[in-house]
Amino acid sequence: MKRRDFFKSAAIVGMASFFKTNALGSVLSGKEMAVHSEPDLVAVMGGEPEVMLVRALKEFGGIKHFVKKGQKVVIKPNIGWDRKPELAANTNPALVGALVRLCKGAGASEVIVFDHTCHDWKKSYTNSGIERAVLAAGGKIVPANDESYYQEVDLPRGVNLKKAKIHKSLLECDVWFNVPILKHHGGAKNTISMKNLMGIVWDRSFFHSHDLHQCIADISTFHKKPALNIVDAYRIMKSNGPQGKSESDVVMLKSLLVSPDFVAVDTASMKLFSQVQPTDISDVRYIGLAEKLRVGTQNLDKLNVKRIKL
Amino acid sequence: MKFLKSIRIVLSVLFFLPIFLFFIDVTGKLPLYFHQFLSIQWIPALLSMNFAILGILLLLSLLFGRIYCSTICPLGVLQDVLTWKSRFFRKKRKKIRYDYTVPKNILRYSILALTVIVFLFGSSFLVLLLDPYSTFGRIASQLFRPLAIWGNNFIAFVLSAMGNYTFYKVEQVSFVPLAFGVASLFFLLVLQMSWLKGRSYCNTICPVGTSLGLLSKISFFHISIKESTCTHCGACEKQCKSQCIDSKATMVDDSRCVSCFNCLSSCKSGSIKFETRYKGKQDQPVEQMTNNSRRTFLLASGAAITATALAKTNKILGKNDTILSRKPIMPPGANTLEHFSAHCTGCQLCVTKCPMQVLKPAALQYGILGITQPHLSFSTHVFCTYDCNICSNVCPTGALKPLVMEEKKLVQLGIAKFRKDMCVVFTDEKDCGACSEHCPTQAVHMIDYKDGLTIPEVTDDLCIGCGACESICPVRPYQAIYVEGSTNQGKAKKPAEAKKFNKKVDDFGF
Repeated sequence: MKRRDFFKSAAIVGMASFFKTNALGSVLSGKEMAVHSEPDLVAVMGGEPEVMLVRALKEFGGIKHFVKKGQKVVIKPNIGWDRKPELAANTNPALVGALVRLCKGAGASEVIVFDHTCHDWKKSYTNSGIERAVLAAGGKIVPANDESYYQEVDLPRGVNLKKAKIHKSLLECDVWFNVPILKHHGGAKNTISMKNLMGIVWDRSFFHSHDLHQCIADISTFHKKPALNIVDAYRIMKSNGPQGKSESDVVMLKSLLVSPDFVAVDTASMKLFSQVQPTDISDVRYIGLAEKLRVGTQNLDKLNVKRIKL
Repeated sequence: MKFLKSIRIVLSVLFFLPIFLFFIDVTGKLPLYFHQFLSIQWIPALLSMNFAILGILLLLSLLFGRIYCSTICPLGVLQDVLTWKSRFFRKKRKKIRYDYTVPKNILRYSILALTVIVFLFGSSFLVLLLDPYSTFGRIASQLFRPLAIWGNNFIAFVLSAMGNYTFYKVEQVSFVPLAFGVASLFFLLVLQMSWLKGRSYCNTICPVGTSLGLLSKISFFHISIKESTCTHCGACEKQCKSQCIDSKATMVDDSRCVSCFNCLSSCKSGSIKFETRYKGKQDQPVEQMTNNSRRTFLLASGAAITATALAKTNKILGKNDTILSRKPIMPPGANTLEHFSAHCTGCQLCVTKCPMQVLKPAALQYGILGITQPHLSFSTHVFCTYDCNICSNVCPTGALKPLVMEEKKLVQLGIAKFRKDMCVVFTDEKDCGACSEHCPTQAVHMIDYKDGLTIPEVTDDLCIGCGACESICPVRPYQAIYVEGSTNQGKAKKPAEAKKFNKKVDDFGF
């Protein structure tokens, strides 16, 4: 080795460790440091979907913090049902449309939206209003109704679910957003951010036959995490979920919860939901199971939570 | 009079294409009102008692003869297409040249009589098998549609690899051997007959063609040959795909003439004309019909007895799961099994239009007499969707009565049966709830079981038998919850609404 080369590599190693310790230091120094950095969870109440979204994202440093120019973005709302927006069975189309617009504005080369629906996918895409909103905002809505759109990935941290076929567009994108709606759910008790992941998977019947809650926790260990979970609680479905029977199941909360942490955002959402329909969070077993798999934390006190009322 | 042939060709294309495309429209791009084209067919109009259409068809037949056969009937036009295409397989691509044949009266009138008698006995079995429109529907849906799906999926595959999702993959129609067999059999029959003998199928087998033949014998306009100028050259005879012109005897058998007008342009001396029958001089003596009423009666009663016997003996025996021997599930709007069996001709239109592809042609679910009539067959994600009434509104024969959406949502196609001892909540003691999750009326709902677990329960009078629960139940091959079909579709109760939440929430709760 030449002397010059030695100095060069030493310098590089030195630089690298410098940054490394710095990053480590910020974690170790605990709460104070974290308070000044970006929040762990932002909750907004009292505005229209787009306004609340922009406000929440501001706390995280704006959409440009997540989406860089030329990137491929995927947005995964809940479009599971052939229901109109007023029935709150699917994510609010205005919210999805606004997010598409923001991503395009940040320079995303492509914004793709999909869901593996429960009802006929064409009818769900149309009647949820999401297809129209996405197209109007310059996004692309793609089908997820066929196994050929999926590719198998390993879930090494999964307990029951060790492998899953996941939609290719999600595997190929640079960044993705999980945009569920907060609802009551007959099977899983409640559906929020983690339950929404069942829509990125092909074979859902495996979930139902191998302990639904454990499988939901398992899929949350998928290595490609969403940049943010954006929980739509503008209208929530308090009963008869996940489809709902009528508008009597719907409650206007005009809220939005945003966090990169699955467990935290689901915990917070359950606390919001319980004010309408008291529910024991331990009955929503997948939240605890996911925490056990170190997907996130239920302890909101430890987190930097921003509560904003408009 | 060459223009008559051109008009006939243009009209037949205008009728044929929308019907054909409507049947093979795999992604549902064509508007649903195209089904109006299908109500302008003899058998559907007869079965649905559509008097306006019947009047028009009758008037057309009385005026111009069997114009229905040459322009409106899709099976007729299909045969013309096949005959036309057959040229490319012949030596020197020569056009087929026909010779006069004697009518197969015994056969054609027996088939007609048999069809009518069996129908009057209360079975539409022969109408179902022999209605040319329905036969065409089966051929289009069972043979051509799968090809269209393959084509679509190939394009979708190529485009989606390039990131274009304009086309999307469509699930191949599930294969029902019996329906495929019936469609193939008739297709081969029609293919063979049209390839060699023009409209021989229409004049030998088709009961609609035979009955219209009776009308065309007295139609106002008909093809006639002027004896005084005819040179008996036989040019018209060679052109006649119905093989009903005898140039030697200067005679046209009106009962077999389908008014295609091919002969008109062939005559060099201008002796053959499409003109009124009633202008004084009677051209031809009407050909005598063989008296075969006794033979026909015997044949018909024999068939009727066999048919009834077959229907009665069709009980599925010796299967081990009750789900296998359940009653068939009729499409919404069928009302009663009697009405449905008697009016459905198995044309497959509802099957091809069902967005969920839950409607399938029956094998023996309705008995041998009901083969290819549609029934609901559930599989994963395939069930009768709540907000859909398409099948009931496109049915051309009135076998399915049109339902408005609010009615459809209450029609009980069947009732879900829950088998607790097979449910995963019971066997594995784990939460599932997939059935209740998919139930649109919450007839299937979760009740407390033990240790915080919940288990499904069915409220019968809320259940509409849509099969969402069965389709999603993870217990296989025989689901823990399944729909037992109703032979008399009842009306479900309107599901009770949840209690409204009216308090104001202005805290996050955390």
